[in-house]
Amino acid sequence: MSFLNFFNRNRSAPVARERLQVLLAHERAFAGRSDLAERLQKEILAAIAKHIPIEGDKVVVRLERGEQVSTLEIDIEVPEQALAR
Amino acid sequence: MSKVVVVTSGKGGVGKTTSSAALGAALAQAGQSVVVVDFDVGLRNLDLVMGAERRVVFDLVNVVQGDAKLPQALIRDKRLETLWLLPASQTRDKEALTEDGVEKVMDGLRARFDWIICDSPAGIEKGATLAMRFADQAVVVTNPEVSSVRDSDRIIGLLDSKTRRAEGGEKLEKQLLLTRYDPARAARGEMMKVEDVLEILAIPLLGIVSESADVLTASNLGFPVTLHNPASPAARAYADAARRLMGEEVTVTTPKEKKAGLFGRLFGKRVAA
Ligand SMILES: Nc1ncnc2c1ncn2[C@@H]1O[C@H](COP(=O)(O)OP(=O)(O)OP(=O)(O)O)[C@@H](O)[C@H]1O
Ligand SMILES: [Mg+2]
Repeated sequence: MSFLNFFNRNRSAPVARERLQVLLAHERAFAGRSDLAERLQKEILAAIAKHIPIEGDKVVVRLERGEQVSTLEIDIEVPEQALAR
Repeated sequence: MSKVVVVTSGKGGVGKTTSSAALGAALAQAGQSVVVVDFDVGLRNLDLVMGAERRVVFDLVNVVQGDAKLPQALIRDKRLETLWLLPASQTRDKEALTEDGVEKVMDGLRARFDWIICDSPAGIEKGATLAMRFADQAVVVTNPEVSSVRDSDRIIGLLDSKTRRAEGGEKLEKQLLLTRYDPARAARGEMMKVEDVLEILAIPLLGIVSESADVLTASNLGFPVTLHNPASPAARAYADAARRLMGEEVTVTTPKEKKAGLFGRLFGKRVAA
């Protein structure tokens, strides 16, 4: 163990603290609304399905929770012929 | 042919989640495609240990209940292309899982991955029995300590009676992963020796992982230890264990007590080799 290592070896703790703060803030805020992503996906799908035919498994919802903002990314694979009309 | 591996123990807190993440990452680092499945419904932690906690949208329960398709619930690791996570639900309980539902998920995963690593919850209730139900082989995580060894014996009994394989008269390979081993304490006779545990449980040894600060650091940072510090003794033990899972012959090295350096001696700390 080097001198430097010795004094620095606990520096992962602040990272752990920060990760937990972000995560728990979200979990507390969304308590009781855990189906939000599910509902969002269903409603977005329903809205799009009125105009173009898409399949349920061609939709991917990605989420990245951040401290100030979170990003919700919805990726929908649309078959060529659906747009060609 | 894909393999379903359950990481189980009976007793809580022995290192199942840590080991699932480390073995999964080690297999992916060896070029295999891997999904690690969190069966600890209601108390998920694998997402945190793997650093994917900010990206969970859907989970195992959503897929089992048909609210999401399997590809929508899978999260790809940001560091390893071939490593994926299927998270557990944080807000439901284990009763939300059904045997039929889990079987369909396992079939879906078999079609996509070489390895399906199932991180079992502690206990012998529904979550634990469903995690092992469709396994081809088992990693029994044990600490060298009386209650952990006893609970492992109980789990081995369940693996031999309550799994699909056992019921069909097929062999289910079980291997022992001894974790949180402290060579100094074993040398002083304060902790059960590797041979003692092996003799009692009578299953082959997959590996020995020492008690180590690297494991804690890695999970603080959200990295499996084999990714965070591949040269550390714990990471090497997991990487070797992964190679044994893949069928390679690698001799198991028992961690030895290492003479502490000046700093270690000053602070009265012993380091595991
Ligand atoms: N080799 C090790 N050295 C030091 N700490 C370890 C080691 N293995 C696991 N731990 C620590 O022990 C604790 C329990 O580990 P883990 O969560 O992996 O256990 P578990 O069996 O999954 O628990 P549970 O039964 O609650 O699911 C964690 O804090 C983890 O960091
Ligand atoms: Mg766990």
